[in-house]
Amino acid sequence: MKFSFKRLVAALVPLLLAADVFAQGGLEIRIESGVEGAVPIAVVPFRWQSSTEETRTLTDVIRNDLARSAQFSVLAEENLAERPYQLSEVNSGTWRRLGVDFVATGTVTDSETGLSVELQLIDVKSSGTPIRLEHLSFPTRSTSLRYTAHHIADVIYEAVHNIPGAFRTRIAYVTATGPLNDRRYQLMVADSDGYNPQPVVRSREPLLSPSWSHDSRRLAYVSFEESKPVIFIQELATGSRTRVADFKGINGAPAFSPDDSKLAMALSKSGNLEIYVMDLATRELTQITRNLAIETEPAWMPDGQTLLFTSDRSGRPQIYKTSATGGDVRRVTFEGSENARATISWDGRLIATSHRREIGGQAEYVIAVLDTDNDAVRVITRNPLSESPSFAPNGSMVLFASKQAGKSVLSAVPTYGRAASSDGRAGQELVYADGDIQEPAWSPLRR
Amino acid sequence: MHNKMRLFALVIVTALIGACATTPPAEPEPVMEDTNSMTSGSETQGLTDEGLLDPTNYADRENLNNPDSLLSKRTLYFDYDSSRVRPEFMEIVRAHATYISSNPNVRVRLEGHADERGTREYNLGLGERRSRSVMDMMVARGASRGQADTISYGEERPVRTCSSESCWSENRRVEIVYSN
Repeated sequence: MKFSFKRLVAALVPLLLAADVFAQGGLEIRIESGVEGAVPIAVVPFRWQSSTEETRTLTDVIRNDLARSAQFSVLAEENLAERPYQLSEVNSGTWRRLGVDFVATGTVTDSETGLSVELQLIDVKSSGTPIRLEHLSFPTRSTSLRYTAHHIADVIYEAVHNIPGAFRTRIAYVTATGPLNDRRYQLMVADSDGYNPQPVVRSREPLLSPSWSHDSRRLAYVSFEESKPVIFIQELATGSRTRVADFKGINGAPAFSPDDSKLAMALSKSGNLEIYVMDLATRELTQITRNLAIETEPAWMPDGQTLLFTSDRSGRPQIYKTSATGGDVRRVTFEGSENARATISWDGRLIATSHRREIGGQAEYVIAVLDTDNDAVRVITRNPLSESPSFAPNGSMVLFASKQAGKSVLSAVPTYGRAASSDGRAGQELVYADGDIQEPAWSPLRR
Repeated sequence: MHNKMRLFALVIVTALIGACATTPPAEPEPVMEDTNSMTSGSETQGLTDEGLLDPTNYADRENLNNPDSLLSKRTLYFDYDSSRVRPEFMEIVRAHATYISSNPNVRVRLEGHADERGTREYNLGLGERRSRSVMDMMVARGASRGQADTISYGEERPVRTCSSESCWSENRRVEIVYSN
């Protein structure tokens, strides 16, 4: 086989980007590989023309965002043959030889209000002249460079994939540390790359089921701090909270309606765990299900008219749907011996679940995605004991928990595509050094 | 089979008690007249059975911590995804039901748990179903519903943390907790 520089680079790129590990606040963030067919892109280190102290943050965050989405294959910096900062400096041939389809570059300068970041995104796929897809300026400050980097990554993502990027988002999750008789729990909120984790609730009793309001300002969650499960809604900016469900029995699985006017939940006050919808202004409750089975984990379809939920009325947990005002119930999942905790993509088309199946006499707990357009079911990960899936707000990835080496860790994997690496791992993993990390919830798009 | 054994044991015990009753205590020897003696006669007394509980007296508070009594057993285990009280635990449930119904001031909390498989919210429901199942069985055997509370911790309070059946089977449980 004739030696080819391009083949060598193509072979090296996944190796160089596999398992980049960063540690931050006890949280270790590992970027795994991309998927087969990930879009190859080069990110030129942004040129620093500001009088303020130079930092690599902007470039690094853009590169890491694109890589951890698993939908881009980012050229390793040492393989950048050129560092163009103008369209006129871009030579398609050079980039074609490196196997790259897009080049992102830019400059940071001083402005009246602080800094200005200029982005240029250039398409070098076609054999002719390079095409500039984006040329934008982002006003910012040196303290907001990460946010601007995420914004730039979102713009690049959308220009290439035609759907909004999800880099300017946050994740909520629960950490648990300590021995069994002295556990400490924290409900945390961090940027979607794991940066800047902050505790919003600390407790010595379990915290479960965080759920974002669609305006991203509140989290509903279940707390055992009073030795029984109670639902609270907390305002993130202030930390103040209200108790919304404290009935006899279980108060669980809160979910904001798309317009945030209602909260669906699971209550067992009637003697049996059922789905209810509470009007948040009046606190009026409407019972949605009436069945002796366990009904829980309600999830709203984007039109706010339909609820999916978990029920074991057929013997084992499966997903069902019903009107958000109650009525006929229809089963939705038919593959796998169990399906629970549905999360729905932004367009209502895909449903990801915690899915149990039997393979060769062994039971596996995986994450499966049901495409409601054609009823096809795809298993998107086989991490052991996978559960609690949460869609990215653009539907491109699923965040979930699984057990690795005796601890619960979080992973975000692409919804489509197979991992390019031989270990089958694509996307990103978050490991909490001091204990378990579980119960993830991906925030809506932040605009 | 078990009941026959109990009947047999009961018969033996009754016979022994009867046997004791028919053997009279030894007659004391007559005391010689003695002008200086302080006593003019003596009294006899049978042995008392202090400190020897009947472990099968489930109404007796003393048996709560008697390791020989079923009342000291406080944990019931369940099959995967099931809230059915297994036959081998029914005696324990009955014993506690007897204790509760015989002691109207007693309150008991039935804490239901599940192993880690399956989602946390579903497991809250499963733990609750298990504790309700035990409560229903106790009520059917005379306990008053007002004396019992049920609570579920789902998979949140495991006693063992390995990810295999040896740990999972110990986590699928209801704990009977008395407040004093």
